[in-house]
Amino acid sequence: MTSRIIRLSAAATLLLSTAVAGHAETIKVGVVAPFSGPFALYGKQFQEAIEVYQAQHGTSAGEHEIEFIYKDVGGPNPDQSRALTQELLIKDQVDYLAGYVFTPNALAVAPLLDQSETPLVIFNAATSAINAQSDFYLRTSYTLWQVSAPLAEWAYEQGIREVVTTVTDYGPGIDAENAFVAAFEEAGGTILDSIRMPLSTTDFTPFIQSIREQSPDALFTFLPGGPPTFGFTKTYNENGLRDEGIMFLGTAETEESNLQAFGDAAIGLTTAYHYSADHDSDLNREFIAKNTELHPDSVTNWATIGAYDGTHVIYQMVENAGSDGPAAVESVLGMEWESPRGPLTMDPETRTVIQNVYIREVERDEESGLLVNREKGVIATVGDLGWPE
Amino acid sequence: MSLFLNILIDGIAYGMILFMISVGLSVTMGLMRVINLAHGGFALVGGAVAHWLIIAQGLSFWLAAPLGVAAAVALAWPLERLIYRRIYGFGDLQQVLATIGLTFLMIATVNRLLGSTLLALPLPELLAQSVDLGFRTLPLHRLVVIGVGLAVIAGLWLLIDRTRFGIRLRAAVDNRATASAIGINTGLIYSATFCLGAGLAALGGILGAEMLPIEAYYPLRYMVLFLIVVAVGGMGSISGSFTAALGLGILDTATRYLVPGFGTIFFYGCIILFLALRPNGLWGRTA
Repeated sequence: MTSRIIRLSAAATLLLSTAVAGHAETIKVGVVAPFSGPFALYGKQFQEAIEVYQAQHGTSAGEHEIEFIYKDVGGPNPDQSRALTQELLIKDQVDYLAGYVFTPNALAVAPLLDQSETPLVIFNAATSAINAQSDFYLRTSYTLWQVSAPLAEWAYEQGIREVVTTVTDYGPGIDAENAFVAAFEEAGGTILDSIRMPLSTTDFTPFIQSIREQSPDALFTFLPGGPPTFGFTKTYNENGLRDEGIMFLGTAETEESNLQAFGDAAIGLTTAYHYSADHDSDLNREFIAKNTELHPDSVTNWATIGAYDGTHVIYQMVENAGSDGPAAVESVLGMEWESPRGPLTMDPETRTVIQNVYIREVERDEESGLLVNREKGVIATVGDLGWPE
Repeated sequence: MSLFLNILIDGIAYGMILFMISVGLSVTMGLMRVINLAHGGFALVGGAVAHWLIIAQGLSFWLAAPLGVAAAVALAWPLERLIYRRIYGFGDLQQVLATIGLTFLMIATVNRLLGSTLLALPLPELLAQSVDLGFRTLPLHRLVVIGVGLAVIAGLWLLIDRTRFGIRLRAAVDNRATASAIGINTGLIYSATFCLGAGLAALGGILGAEMLPIEAYYPLRYMVLFLIVVAVGGMGSISGSFTAALGLGILDTATRYLVPGFGTIFFYGCIILFLALRPNGLWGRTA
């Protein structure tokens, strides 16, 4: 009898040890992002952030080796995004997915995630609705509601009562407008006018002039990065809105990669956002120093931090659950950690990080002579306010 | 009343920028009859060189701007000798394919060397200020663009209608074989005119950069805008482009003041209607 128990337990131990040993494998992560074309900067920033994380934490988590495979989706192209994701899942047999800059690209793969039970960590796409489409989405960037609504409440507290919103007429712009209007009216403020500007606008003077004529306390805007933001902020300054006391309220407009190009016109612009490269913490300084060491030309911005924290979440999932998708997602819900941007919590319900939103003002740094987003205030631990209840 | 004045002033200022960025295309596409989709590429090269001279080499804007134009001309000359010379004889579709290929090459080169972010052209103090018009302010550089635009159209008119070069150019364009038979060096005329077009593209790119900032994808981003101005103005007509640019600038500005939500639909709707009625543009010659 005793010998039988010994034999059984020996067999069980053997089974257990082989099972654990069998789990030590190479985990593949497919990164879908634009690496060529007008949006190539995103892919470059993602890859750089992953390399920084690898340089700091090695290429294995627990006993698993982690390997990244990059796929170029070009731009906002849901069909291509779906095809590449399918290829990654079937041909490359990836265990995790990551990246996804544009909302339609992220949305297009929801059914694939459910079928293959593969976790996907969104590094950028910022529409609240995405995470509701599948339980396998996790997001380490932000949502438009998350930054726009706190900005509205902050503005009201600062004594701003009348605002004109002026957003670019496309998905994210409308999301930002809805968030700001809802929060500002809730606080007791008045929206004098909501202007939607065509995506192709090159001359913003007419919109800026009609805002000036309504003389609100502030304007709230949301524009796609690059040329439109450049044109809008220039026009805002040149037409004397700042001198009239109409405050500029934005979100991603002053992001770091294009900020220097704005010149002195950007000084004084107020934005609410979750990350500034100027954030005052040792962790952030180490993070930027490492990135600059590895990639001397790189400018650290929100895309870099989104990918960096996303890589952290993937490493944690791999360590906790190897290639078991559902268990991996489960294991990081509620996880708290300290990121270069500040404290983060993976919200168990929305699967978007709960984070600080900072009120920043553009200043010229005396030491480096460069324009920076200087943090002036913080709205602590904001979840995804746009989550459908 | 102030709304009307606003529309007029902003419309003219915007129209003049449209004219400046597309006048080079009126020269190459309108006069020389080559469908030059690489037009924006020359504007990009001029702007990128000027940016590099100001930011990396510390030159002043006044020096960097003409050097940027010179760089575009310096690129255009060998390109014309080696490549465009062969493109002139192609059919329309082949011209489109060949010149768009050149555009991609230019974009990729700038992207490789300077990256895909905005390439700022910081204005000198003098141009960066705003002018008070009494009821509103207007940035000074827009007034400068209006001035340069008027100078360019006057200069081109003198060059094409009043000089020996202009006579030879018109002769070479109308009938190249006969022109060379009577001793006109048509090859040289074509080279010079092509370089003029490229130089004007670079000038427009640099002066218009306050509104249409230079970045690697500039040629593709604004291609439709250049082509609309030339199509509405009519091929082969510099003054047509001028009228078209001003008209479109005022139309676009007016719709944005009056019906901001429908601005784009209304703008393109008007252009479709106009081109349906006058397929050769405002003052276009029937080919």
